Amino acid sequence: MSLKIDQDHSRFRNIVRGRIRQNLRKYISQGELIGRKGKDLVSIPIPQIEIPRFRYSDRQQGGAGQGDGNPGDPVGGDQGDEQGEGGRKAGEGAGEHVLEVDVTLDELAAILGEELELPDIRDKGKSKIINEKERYTGIRRVGPESLRHFRRTYREALKRQISMGAYSPERPIVVPIPDDKRFRSWKTEAEPVANAVIIYMMDVSGSMGDEQKEIVRIESFWIDTWLQRQYKGLESRYIIHDAVAREVDRETFFHTRESGGTMISSAYKLCAQLIDDHYPPEEWNIYPFHFSDGDNWSMDDTLHCVELLKQKVLPRVNMFAYGQVESPYGSGQFIKDLRDHFSKDERVITSEIRDKDAIVGSIKEFLGKGA
Amino acid sequence: MSEFALKTALPQYLRVEQEKIQNLAAAQGLDFFPIVFEILTYDQMNEIAAYMGFPNRFPHWRFGMEYERLAKSYEYGLSKIYEMVINNNPSYAYLLEGNSLVDQKLVMAHVCGHVDFFKNNYAFRSTDLDTGGKTTDPASRPKDYDPNRRWIDKMANHGARIRRHVARQGINKIEEYIDHCLSLENLIDPHAPFKGSGPSRDPDAEDKATEIPRLRAKEYMESFINPEEYLEQQRIKIEAEKEKEKKFPVRPERDILKFLLDHAPLDRWEHDVLEVVREEAYYFQPQMQTKIMNEGWASYWHSKLMTEKILDASEIIDYADHAAGVLATSKGQLNPYKLGIELFRNIEERWDRGQFGKEWEECDDLAAKKNWNLRLGLGKKKIFEVRALYNDVTFIDEFLTPDFVRDAKMFSYAWSNRNERYEIETREFKAVKEKLLFQLTNAGNPFIYVDDANFENRGELLLRHDHQGLDLRADWAREVLRSLVRIWKRPVNLTTQVEAKPVMMRYDGREHTTRHLRRE
Repeated sequence: MSLKIDQDHSRFRNIVRGRIRQNLRKYISQGELIGRKGKDLVSIPIPQIEIPRFRYSDRQQGGAGQGDGNPGDPVGGDQGDEQGEGGRKAGEGAGEHVLEVDVTLDELAAILGEELELPDIRDKGKSKIINEKERYTGIRRVGPESLRHFRRTYREALKRQISMGAYSPERPIVVPIPDDKRFRSWKTEAEPVANAVIIYMMDVSGSMGDEQKEIVRIESFWIDTWLQRQYKGLESRYIIHDAVAREVDRETFFHTRESGGTMISSAYKLCAQLIDDHYPPEEWNIYPFHFSDGDNWSMDDTLHCVELLKQKVLPRVNMFAYGQVESPYGSGQFIKDLRDHFSKDERVITSEIRDKDAIVGSIKEFLGKGA
Repeated sequence: MSEFALKTALPQYLRVEQEKIQNLAAAQGLDFFPIVFEILTYDQMNEIAAYMGFPNRFPHWRFGMEYERLAKSYEYGLSKIYEMVINNNPSYAYLLEGNSLVDQKLVMAHVCGHVDFFKNNYAFRSTDLDTGGKTTDPASRPKDYDPNRRWIDKMANHGARIRRHVARQGINKIEEYIDHCLSLENLIDPHAPFKGSGPSRDPDAEDKATEIPRLRAKEYMESFINPEEYLEQQRIKIEAEKEKEKKFPVRPERDILKFLLDHAPLDRWEHDVLEVVREEAYYFQPQMQTKIMNEGWASYWHSKLMTEKILDASEIIDYADHAAGVLATSKGQLNPYKLGIELFRNIEERWDRGQFGKEWEECDDLAAKKNWNLRLGLGKKKIFEVRALYNDVTFIDEFLTPDFVRDAKMFSYAWSNRNERYEIETREFKAVKEKLLFQLTNAGNPFIYVDDANFENRGELLLRHDHQGLDLRADWAREVLRSLVRIWKRPVNLTTQVEAKPVMMRYDGREHTTRHLRRE
């Protein structure tokens, strides 16, 4: 049913969208948004969307109340709950109004995309592969026994018996005849397969501290969210490495802290291995992201990395992204090495992420090319 | 409206209840407009509540925001609107589909109380309309009182007017302008409808011949003591003074919306939109002025009718559970339903027992006061009189007693900077009453006047905030100045105080400035 309010409501939502866009950078770089996400919805506080009026400043005013307590005791707290029959609020007074609006992550990603002018991502020509998918969408009078709809069948039988006067509540026996039988029916839907995998790699040597990890966490969250908009089935794999690499789950990825030497090549090797084993490039869009502070064990290993990228990784992926998070300890050499070797290769994208405020810019660098 | 009404008409069993309840209410002396009940699903209810009762209001995103708030708070189980009633003749009231029968009966009894209040409380007379749909002078009242209050139609007409402007000017332009108008919505004079429309210019300010004061002199000394040049100088000086005094408006204006409608350089559509906003502001004014009384009165009657007449034994528990929810105070917030009903009951009891007047006031004997009962039985008569002649401010001012404040555990609270929270300040009667009255006066809005429409002879607007110990919220005040400039189309100034220092806030269309004034 459509309501008259829908138009006003959607204009309000547009205003909210505008406000979100204005403050997008702030929202994006807030880790708590990720923490607060429940299912797909995130609540975003939008201050000052109400109509401003001449008003007393809230804090000075105070007021009269009712209840127990002695002078000096706190009053109220938040005034979230309102009970009562009237349409209006029971109590006026304390508390500032910050409106919380629910936005789906999808919508937030769309706003992010518009704001950063991210292009829609080009598929690697895989939309030709069509999967057929069956979905049960209705009820039919004919069909195979295996799809018989038990409840509907008995309901039909009951209806028939009642209308014929053959049903007695004292002896509630319902016997379906063939005409009563009902079957589930399905529809075949063609859907283009557009699978993608993100392979996150992170250097977890001692210099990658909590702050650096938080940056990676926030940035990868938004990369995930954006790519999820582009692909139906998006998988994420996580690799951590110091001198050796291993695959871990998401939780471990963001919370492990190792130390010891750094051999970036170990991660790239494992990444190539993952692709070999699970993600045939003709069916998958592959996005490896590597985050580190830019220190590598030796120049030899760096050259080994370059080799691996050239031979094993780049030919099979949509793009290869390297994000260098600034840390007080790292030399930051690795990004320079990559730039030296791959300055002409469009598939390699590098980005330096100085601090949380730089996250948005870095996302744009990574995804802005529509790889 | 008719189509709407058809789809939502009351089912038969509720119509039977309605008639029963209305008869019971009328037998108690309640005197209400005809009531049209409609039954709504919760999303229809939220929609209409967002439009403050009117299904055909003008379009604006603010209503969409209100809808979102209501719908969300319903989904989260924080609140549910059981009932809504609008001041219209006939009155429309909305019931929530799926409520239990006890709830529906309670709501119908409650609504009878509200509609009696709409019809009989003096403040609502300012919502009477003439046949042309204009508001009328509320001062006089005919014997058989059946006013035109077709606000449903009027609001629908407002909606149509604004939609027409939207069609011509585009939604963005109109909506942006409505934003500004709504920022000024509370700049009206609650007493204006009862003042009549007097002349806005001072009739005594007729041009008088300029009289130049002369020094006393004998006739033959005249030309020496009051030489021509001196007289001429004086004349120029006085004329200049008089020019300065040609201030406009002559007296400060509190109905700033009216002032802008009369004097701001508005396009026709701008004028039209502002006029709509102002009329609707005046329609809602009496409800803000009588919130405690109105809810108290309706609660008093639903409680009386339900417990004495309507409920059967099987319904008592559900009713009591429900009534307790309605009358609960939470977290120290005043609940107008509770405060109102308790005050009405208190008045009834006092007038029944004769606990009023000189003798009562002067009695020092606590025991005698406690058992004071002259068996006057004037309570019922008194509360009907109170419901007709008072508003929240006068109601509290006259009937809130120290005993009541003590028994109802009332207190005043204030913000504590040290603890960063609101704290109970005192339970002392005078302080509590003062705080409460302040909260209610002018519906909690600051007093703002137009002082000068030709400030410093530059056609700028000068407003004055009558500072009563509380500063304005500064960021919002700046936004309102912006809106005023949009409408006045010249710079706007506002004198107020910030932390006990007089200041002048100014917006010239480009930037905001605030400068300190010397204390006068």
